[in-house]
Amino acid sequence: MRRKGKLSRGVAVVGGGLTKLGLFKDRNCKDFFTEAFVEMVDSIDKGFDPKEIDAVYVGNYSNDFFVNQSHWGPIIADLLGHVPKPVTRTEAACASSALAFREGVLAIASGLYDIVLVGGFEQMSKRTTEEVAEGLAMAASPYEVAAGFTFPGVFATMATAYFAKYGVDREVLFNVTIKSHNNAPLNPKAQFPMSIRDFMNVRIEKCRKKGEPEPEWRDEKDFLRDPVVNPPVAWPMHLFDCCPISDGAACLLLVSEDIAKNFTDDPIYLAGMGQGSSYSFHAKKDLTTYEATRYAAKEAYEMSGLAPKDIQFSEVHDCFSIAEIVHIEDLGFFKPGEGWKGVADGLTKLDGSIPINTSGGLKTKGHPVGATGVAQLYEVWVQLRGKAGKRKVPKSNLRIGAAHNFGGTGGTCTFTILERR
Amino acid sequence: MEERPFNDTSYEQFVKERKVMGSKCKNCGALSLPPRPICISCFGTKMEWVEFKGTGRLAAFSSIVVAPPYMVKEGFNRNNPYVVGVVELEEGAKTVARIIGFDAKKPELIKVGTPLKAEFLEKGEGPERRYLLAFKA
Repeated sequence: MRRKGKLSRGVAVVGGGLTKLGLFKDRNCKDFFTEAFVEMVDSIDKGFDPKEIDAVYVGNYSNDFFVNQSHWGPIIADLLGHVPKPVTRTEAACASSALAFREGVLAIASGLYDIVLVGGFEQMSKRTTEEVAEGLAMAASPYEVAAGFTFPGVFATMATAYFAKYGVDREVLFNVTIKSHNNAPLNPKAQFPMSIRDFMNVRIEKCRKKGEPEPEWRDEKDFLRDPVVNPPVAWPMHLFDCCPISDGAACLLLVSEDIAKNFTDDPIYLAGMGQGSSYSFHAKKDLTTYEATRYAAKEAYEMSGLAPKDIQFSEVHDCFSIAEIVHIEDLGFFKPGEGWKGVADGLTKLDGSIPINTSGGLKTKGHPVGATGVAQLYEVWVQLRGKAGKRKVPKSNLRIGAAHNFGGTGGTCTFTILERR
Repeated sequence: MEERPFNDTSYEQFVKERKVMGSKCKNCGALSLPPRPICISCFGTKMEWVEFKGTGRLAAFSSIVVAPPYMVKEGFNRNNPYVVGVVELEEGAKTVARIIGFDAKKPELIKVGTPLKAEFLEKGEGPERRYLLAFKA
């Protein structure tokens, strides 16, 4: 029997925690991880003794640069009283903690461990915006940095290739931003729990108080067209196309499938996972797709025996609005060149056929880069457990959800499918 | 015969000499710019240098408004944006580069497909002196 591409034993998620995301200069990553960890322990229905954790895997992109401290694995082991058991830090830019999750799964599937804590964290608020931009650009290709590309600039460039290939313009991106911001107020952990309409009202109120003339936007798209409130960052990417700078942490408790019911009567199982790599711009055959995402998705679909049509909702890595459109095509939810249309038709809304980023996505929930991979899987876990409150996907028999995480300018991508049985 | 190793250092030296030099796989003929020591098409490791004509078309671009610190040093900022892009060379390979000759303040007028020609930029002084391949509309 062919074993390659399958796990030797199943893995379940039995608990999870996520901090409120935002900018918290007066706290640090130990505080963030503590907040997520305490929620995770409390979330385990039948209780659990943290001493039983066999190993810890944590993702962190660049606290080395952001807070001048490396070697974060032992800091977390010390924090949790996990010493002297093993802790491993993973780094893959914005996909750092998706790899922590993956390593945790592989360690359990191999039979080495039964109970593994996986998580991620980042603190970006201690640096200026320019310094954060420089720190993030360290994860781009060196050729792109030398030419003067910024992170938003890389995605902006991809956007112009997409526009030219499919005959659309910047207006199609507005639908992504408006959709994500409509989900945000439903997520109590979101950094910006505001719809675009809320932003418009705040602005109008401000003008009213100052006695200035009130802006007359016809609708949300008209607001997004206004360069005063939505200035360019790297044309055609504007402020509201870009995710914010954030602090935060997330964690999940993984256990082998055979002991999952000792922790909860409602475990969420890993159905499939994949990871891929991409060339940078100059070596890409097609500028409007990521081979890393396609490869990761193919692996995950094959492992799970599922197809894109089986995925009932998904978190995707919307660091920039154009990225969400490209990812939903690469993951197979829409045909190449039709993602923008799916979004325009409302199919990715919370009540659409394939809700995308029910959490509000990186754009509104926040993007503490090293925490994001696990934070996305936390959202999938919460949704499948039926505990997403007002943002619960309104489908009967919600059973299969997925998360797509994307590192750097596409150099590392993962796709993970979870299921409720 | 050019004997330099097929790496980034050689590539930058050639740019300083105002040449766009890439590698060609002796086994399958695949072109790479910047040069590669290992062919990503056939995994061959026998390479030869090939000089590109330096002509191509704009495949994609951005006008960078919020500039990183090293570009701010050159005088770029919110009021003085600059253009970067992906260039598809006549020979088939692609490269990323600064794009000059467009009005960066009017990016909506820049057209994908515009013909471009190689330009060589020099910046910084003393040990900071650097040589960059750019393209001009």
